[in-house]
Amino acid sequence: MLLLALDTATPAVTVAVTRGVETLATATRHEPRRHGEVLAPMVVDVLQAAALDAHSLDAVVVGVGPGPFTGLRVGLVTARTLGAVLGVPVLGVCTLDALALASDLPEPLLVATDARRREVYWATYDERRDRLTGPQVSRPAEVGWSGPVVGEGGTLYPDDFPQAQPPSWPSAQHLARWVEQRRPTLPPDPLYLRRPDAAEPGPRKSVL
Amino acid sequence: MLGIETSCDETGVGLVRGRHHLLAEALASSVEEHARFGGVVPEVASRAHLEAMLPMLELACTKARVRLDDVDAVAVTSGPGLAGALLVGVAAAKALTVGLGKPLYGVNHLAAHVAVDQLEHGPLPEPTIALLVSGGHSSLLLVEDVTAAVTPLGATIDDAAGEAFDKVARVLGLPFPGGPHIDREARSGDPAYVDFPRGLTGPRDLAGHRYDFSFSGLKTAVARWVETRERAGEPVPVPDVAAAFQEAVVDVLTRKAVLACTERGVDHLLIGGGVAANSRLRAVAAQRCADAGLTLRVPRPALCTDNGAMVAALGAELVSRGAAASPLDLPADSALPVTEVVAR
Repeated sequence: MLLLALDTATPAVTVAVTRGVETLATATRHEPRRHGEVLAPMVVDVLQAAALDAHSLDAVVVGVGPGPFTGLRVGLVTARTLGAVLGVPVLGVCTLDALALASDLPEPLLVATDARRREVYWATYDERRDRLTGPQVSRPAEVGWSGPVVGEGGTLYPDDFPQAQPPSWPSAQHLARWVEQRRPTLPPDPLYLRRPDAAEPGPRKSVL
Repeated sequence: MLGIETSCDETGVGLVRGRHHLLAEALASSVEEHARFGGVVPEVASRAHLEAMLPMLELACTKARVRLDDVDAVAVTSGPGLAGALLVGVAAAKALTVGLGKPLYGVNHLAAHVAVDQLEHGPLPEPTIALLVSGGHSSLLLVEDVTAAVTPLGATIDDAAGEAFDKVARVLGLPFPGGPHIDREARSGDPAYVDFPRGLTGPRDLAGHRYDFSFSGLKTAVARWVETRERAGEPVPVPDVAAAFQEAVVDVLTRKAVLACTERGVDHLLIGGGVAANSRLRAVAAQRCADAGLTLRVPRPALCTDNGAMVAALGAELVSRGAAASPLDLPADSALPVTEVVAR
């Protein structure tokens, strides 16, 4: 299958075009808060580098988070809209799953990414990279994991995660590989894991 | 031309053929999700945009009996507005243009509110003075070329007019959004019941803020009046207070708009934005324009509130005048100045 994969659930924006186990072209840029600006040109560039027309794609694969909401939505709305205009299916993959698959470690591991507010998004995996727990959002100390940690969370909180391991960011080719390995996919819906910050107004304040 | 609007709480998609022919529009609103918070919650609006985007694209195409691949160009509101909300529309528009291989136009929300009138009343006379009033904006613009020369003459220095309607509605125990409820209550009220203040209309203010607006003092004046009544244990006549408040807003808006027309020698006034759906504003503007010999243009209410057709209308006008397209790395700009009709 010819797949376009993309992820915007971390400060990295990553795009890849793959056919089977082969990565035809890929690009990853660390662009915090500029996902909306860099993603579309990267898609064009990666398709061009692979010498492909968008209409030859068989499916679009998108990282569904968890991740900071604003950036996460850029990837999701891009993937959904591309799927609609190209008439191809859109498959969701948990961003933490792609990070787990990217690690070469032979043992079980924790994936942790930055959830801001001194918290991490995290999930645990066995040595076959089947997800055991998560995804969840917690303070690092509450996760209670002393083994290897993949993702930026490991380097951000060394006191809680002494065994940080690469990679820090997801790469889109691993999203595509997750699909090619026929692992479970998700609908292309965001994993927010938090409710919007909003408080109902209290009683009207006096102006007298 | 396909137009996408997501600057606030409405997800709009419109399709325009040629310069002025509205084929179809589709609109989803998250307003009911915001009601209990008393105002638009940006994250709630952004989530709703993501969920509504594809359904609205599909609905607009179905209504227009076209397919997405029939679209020749895509226009999207790239600002001003809520940053996270704008970004959903901008990203969707970019994905469409990447998939279609067609040009992208990132356009100014305020200029789109002006251009939309062409869908209903034909080519816009230029120059026109535009009064744009909504929950987020209150501006007087000199429009010499809706695609290239829009000059701000004045704007609110505090609350937008629609914001004042929302806040006064809350004081009066009316639901959010306040505009339609105040309009309805006011129909059986006496607009002269209380002489509420007309912000920035005194001689000194007219010197420094000739075409600017201020509604914060008015809102506080209404709240003080209501609270004084309540403390004294007296009833608050909601229709009368609503009518008197609405009269103060409408009086200032129309007075300054007509003043701008006469002083600038412009004989056309256009009113747009959600507050342009207010029946009293439409009536007083019609009367004062007639008295001053001005031609008034106000789109039908569904085109005054935020929608995708207005974005498509401006996009179509840009194409007809040969404007250059926007780059694919176009940012969503929450503070895009009105002088930038096409975002770069």
